[in-house]
Amino acid sequence: MTDTSTPSPPRGAAEQGPAKRRLADRVFLGLSKGAALAIVAILAGVAIFLTAEGIPGITASPDEVKSGETFLAFVLPLVFGTLWSATLALVIALPLAVAVALFVTYYVPRRLGHTLGYVIDLLAAVPSVVFGLWGMRVLAGKLVGPYEWLEAHLGFLPFFAGPASATGRTILTAGIVLAVMIMPIITAIAREVFRQTPVLLEEAALALGATRWEMIRTVVLPHGRSGMIGGAMLGLGRALGETMAVAMVLSASGVVTFNLISSTNPSTIPANIALQFNEASGLTVNALIASGLVLFVITFAVNFAARAIVNRRKEFSGANA
Amino acid sequence: MSMRSVLRDSVPTTAARTTSATAADGPASRRPAIGIDVEDLDIYYGDVHAVRGITLAIQAQSVTSIIGPSGCGKSTFLRSLNRMHEVAPGARVEGTVRVDGRDLYAPGVDPVLVRREIGMVFQRPNPFPTMSIKDNVLAGVRLNGTRLKKDEADTIAERSLRGANLWDEVKDRLNRPGAGLSGGQQQRLCIARAIAVEPQVLLMDEPCSALDPISTSAIEDLIGQLKDEYTIVIVTHNMQQAARVSDETAFFNLAGVGEPGQLIESGPTTKIFSNPDNPSTEAYITGRFG
Repeated sequence: MTDTSTPSPPRGAAEQGPAKRRLADRVFLGLSKGAALAIVAILAGVAIFLTAEGIPGITASPDEVKSGETFLAFVLPLVFGTLWSATLALVIALPLAVAVALFVTYYVPRRLGHTLGYVIDLLAAVPSVVFGLWGMRVLAGKLVGPYEWLEAHLGFLPFFAGPASATGRTILTAGIVLAVMIMPIITAIAREVFRQTPVLLEEAALALGATRWEMIRTVVLPHGRSGMIGGAMLGLGRALGETMAVAMVLSASGVVTFNLISSTNPSTIPANIALQFNEASGLTVNALIASGLVLFVITFAVNFAARAIVNRRKEFSGANA
Repeated sequence: MSMRSVLRDSVPTTAARTTSATAADGPASRRPAIGIDVEDLDIYYGDVHAVRGITLAIQAQSVTSIIGPSGCGKSTFLRSLNRMHEVAPGARVEGTVRVDGRDLYAPGVDPVLVRREIGMVFQRPNPFPTMSIKDNVLAGVRLNGTRLKKDEADTIAERSLRGANLWDEVKDRLNRPGAGLSGGQQQRLCIARAIAVEPQVLLMDEPCSALDPISTSAIEDLIGQLKDEYTIVIVTHNMQQAARVSDETAFFNLAGVGEPGQLIESGPTTKIFSNPDNPSTEAYITGRFG
């Protein structure tokens, strides 16, 4: 209501008028608002596409699709394989990534730490096809021996029941390849949050007579907890959605088994889509898209779960320190 | 564990002497607090000579305040008394710091063990944000790797919080986060955490500079009580505070621009504040510079 150019009324009301909106502020506001809306719009678009195209696949009768099964029977083994391989990858990658991040941040001279950090970041830039080739050509062959050893010595565990794969292209190999792929992102995020640990708190621990490891345990890890979870979830998201590497490494037969080293392995949703899509037609395409919808829902659920974990002990999180 | 055991490995010859001395002290309930002898101490950060030629005897069971203008090496000196300055890369010292007759910087002395004997309270309250009030108090005790039984933990927590004049204010919310307390309460929580491990010496680096006057007064009262049991060294920018709480005062100043900090004079607080020997001490205390 108050235009700054009009003569000011008594009692200094002009100063109380709305602040002048500068052009740069307005442009920036528009840009950031537009970007935020675009993300929501794209996400909604993807969800609508997956739902609209997927529903015919979900409702299709078994004899109309290539798999010859109901949608549920078709998708459940894939869901299992997806979650199982991603879990394996995370179980392998997370401790390694945290250890590497701690090492780089606290145990090597600063300059060497930076260099190592760059090298790890470079690992994240390697295309997944390359990892797939490496996993298929190099790693799988090298793992045949260890798998046979595991079958012979730990065969009583269901994970290593065997018979050990002769090619080494098992779900465990896929999990290891995925772990190598997601380790850089988890390491990078863990390194970042560890570096932001307040010096004040590090000194508090050291002044109490903490060794470096005790300082890390009492201060750095709790402080970095939400960051580590966030990094792990980003890694998990990548592992869940990874297509090429899994498709190339894994010799899949669509079973549901916890056996890590046998030649019959569960497939994953994205790898299955990639392998089947070219030859698919009719309602089979819709069924594949519907499996994509399931993956979409899973990654959403993983993200929400991560947020819930991060928020659960918010008042102890250090955010209010 | 006492300073004796900390230094026993490195100085075996004197250990025997101390053991007999301890026995001679008899079963007195109060531990003999320990004075600090600093002799010709130089502190460097890399190529920077931060503090030069400090020789100072710090009395046991008393409060010694260190005053001086900013950047004169007060905090650096304080940190060298429990080897906390070594956290900075390239830090090193020359000279000796003897606590109970043993050199903190003798080869083979583990700084980690030194810090368990010589506690420290910082400028800004720094309770561990991820821990409850009680866990904060017990953090140092648990570092020793001892698994505390619940009643043991409760006893130590209560004793330390009472020692820090905080018990009545927090006894109903021991499991709440320490970061939820007011600034003054947080600082007393940090003091409780420091005394929970029963150190010999308590170093305080401007412990009230982030606090309001009422909280400051609570901390100052506490310092007065703590000196019955601990040797306290406090760095402060507040000269009234130095005059109120300390028995001895040491005045630090820069030798010149770009020169290292050094000790100008030290002595009983009453003398330093009423009749200092050095004109620059008087100039600083009367507010003519600094």
